[in-house]
Amino acid sequence: MSNDKKMISIYITGKKYLVPNGLTIMKAMEYAGYRYIRGCGCRGGFCGGCGTVYRFKDDYKLQSGLACQTVVEENMYLVQIPFFPANKTEYNLDELKPTGGTLLKLYPELARCVSCNTCTKVCPQDIEVMDYMQAALKGDITTAADISFDCIMCGLCAARCPAEIVQYNIAILCRRLYGKHMASKAEHVKKRVAEISEGKFDEELKNLMKSDNKTLRKLYSERDIEPEES
Amino acid sequence: MYTQDMIDSINRLEQTRSRRMKQELSLLTVEDKYDLLNKFHPDYKKGTLRVLKIGPNKGERVINEIANLFEAYSQIDPNNFDISEIDCSVDVLVIGGGGAGASAALIAQENGANVLLATKLRFGDSNTMMAQGGIQAADKLNDSPARHYLDVIGGGGFDNTPELVNALVRNAPEAIVWLEDLGVMFDKESDGTMITIHGGGTSRKRMHSARDYTGGEIMKTLRDEVKNRNIDIIEFSPAIELLTDEGKCTGAVLYNLETEEYFVVRAKTTILATGGAGRLHVQDFPTSNHYGATADGLVIAYRAGAPVIFMDNIQYHPTGAAYPEQIVGLLVTEKCRGLGAQLVNNDGDRFIYELETRDVESAAIIRECEERNKGIRTPTGILGVWLDTPMIDIIHGKGTIQKKLPAMYRQYQRFDIDMSKEPLLVYPTQHFQNGGIMVNEKAETKVANLYGAGEVEGGVHGRNRLMGNSLLECIVFGRKAGKNAALKAKEIGYGKLTLQHVKRYHLELNQANISQNIMSPMLLPDYRRKETIARMIDI
Repeated sequence: MSNDKKMISIYITGKKYLVPNGLTIMKAMEYAGYRYIRGCGCRGGFCGGCGTVYRFKDDYKLQSGLACQTVVEENMYLVQIPFFPANKTEYNLDELKPTGGTLLKLYPELARCVSCNTCTKVCPQDIEVMDYMQAALKGDITTAADISFDCIMCGLCAARCPAEIVQYNIAILCRRLYGKHMASKAEHVKKRVAEISEGKFDEELKNLMKSDNKTLRKLYSERDIEPEES
Repeated sequence: MYTQDMIDSINRLEQTRSRRMKQELSLLTVEDKYDLLNKFHPDYKKGTLRVLKIGPNKGERVINEIANLFEAYSQIDPNNFDISEIDCSVDVLVIGGGGAGASAALIAQENGANVLLATKLRFGDSNTMMAQGGIQAADKLNDSPARHYLDVIGGGGFDNTPELVNALVRNAPEAIVWLEDLGVMFDKESDGTMITIHGGGTSRKRMHSARDYTGGEIMKTLRDEVKNRNIDIIEFSPAIELLTDEGKCTGAVLYNLETEEYFVVRAKTTILATGGAGRLHVQDFPTSNHYGATADGLVIAYRAGAPVIFMDNIQYHPTGAAYPEQIVGLLVTEKCRGLGAQLVNNDGDRFIYELETRDVESAAIIRECEERNKGIRTPTGILGVWLDTPMIDIIHGKGTIQKKLPAMYRQYQRFDIDMSKEPLLVYPTQHFQNGGIMVNEKAETKVANLYGAGEVEGGVHGRNRLMGNSLLECIVFGRKAGKNAALKAKEIGYGKLTLQHVKRYHLELNQANISQNIMSPMLLPDYRRKETIARMIDI
């Protein structure tokens, strides 16, 4: 990091700190002297552990983002939401039917959605959260699973939802219902499992395990590679 | 968002693109490969390894950053530490809340065990969550477990433990079926056939995926299932020491990071699934790993007498982000190269076939930047080469990137870079701990009643793991550890809880004249500024 970086003021839970311009919120908090326990997971935008809400001085608008992916700006007032007390229903996936009725039975609050679109506006993944909630409400599990696929379960939607719905838990349920009960099964994988347990590859594998380094090197460099276009 | 110098370089890359797309580069010969590695791979640099002074691998060379943690004292004083009060007794204690830990917990419970899963951060905070590219399994007609075996062992330098490779490839299709049955949304054709592509070092297209959130989708599914099954979970509570009874593992001391108190857990069997070591920043490399990857499990197992294997190397992922500054070190998934994106230098030329193994790709990028001076320099002085991602849409059709690489696309879009139109600047990043605690094909370590699964264990990948084999290893060995630990727990009772092994280890440290100020495990990295730390007061 070059030394001529401009310093800017940010307010971490209301307290002012000077930090270099250009840092992410996460790195700015560490620069300011914080050592994370909560509110920091993968640091790469995948785990949903660092949901953050912020607003700017003299601006009514509440904004949100992931601390590891959002760059600090002058006069940013921020606080992290390291945990949200979300309702998660327990279920046995094997016994469920992939219908709207199942969703409503497990999460009746789904019916309280008023289509206010706050969830979509708050989503740091830019997912059309309200659209998948509406699909779920109509029992269109395929669409709900598809739209919600990139959800990282950060909890910001649930934190802002006036109907107190936990969108991301309904989303993972939809995806699991789709994956388990709706998508066609990969029969070729099951067939391979059967072949393996019948011992079809035992001999070949045993020979490889016994092979010395020299033989393995030869086999490896002579193996044919499936062409890219096939 | 690129600087003018970078834009000029991108212009050169665009001019050579149509020529490059027709250019055939072949795989390096084994001799050329080792020559390249010897000269440019960070593992081969002088002074990166040192001989261990104590412990089960005494006299062997391991990387410095690991030796620093092994040659260190416990965070607790074994002569003055009360473990007489037991807070919790379980059949199976799982330490670690990533893909291996979650798989182990589910299978242990299915086999009748009462399970506690303890994890340092949140349940699911792990490298599994971040794994994008895919998971391997030889389940297509033109493929076989034997082909998979050969790819794994060749990629790993031919030193991999044969029994472990055999277990990995033999159980791979079964792992996929298990995940499919749990509802993981794999990428499939409409008839259910898995869509599979190549990864670096694969001889068949056997990389299964769930868009480019493969590990994330697996982790979220496993986490949901663990919660459905009512398995006890304790978060923000890493294990800081194992407990032993005459060499056998009998439980662990957990440490609540928030209240700073400890808990004593008595367990018939214990599974270590604590992950890797990216946050040690070996040789000051940036890392693609999650915040908690600090090798804790390795340290406490080593202290309890478990030998490690292949800890003389680290996997650098060839394509870490080198720009923009905010995401330096984060991964640009290998799937980009799997889909045809080429590596290109500042002159607009390719310099290596893109689907060599990761060690070779990394060495080639380092050679291009450091010896040949054909890297591209960022405003903060970081060097990198281009990954020509727009080629993906050119080859596979417009919209492919947004459909198949949504996480990558979003990552760069946040910084105003459109990877379907502009290339990405990349440089190797510390990615994976190839080695780890020695285990057998039942996931047993050399310490009785202690199991290992996931990145913490070593042997299966040799000295270089292939893409898609870490998620696979987590699931295969997580399941094995869960099953075998549960079955073992049925045969045995609880042991005595002692810290005898720590006392012995401290004695060894003393005899080796190692300073008492050095302690481990480190639990969390510290990214505060030196200036701040210097002014801290401990009250």
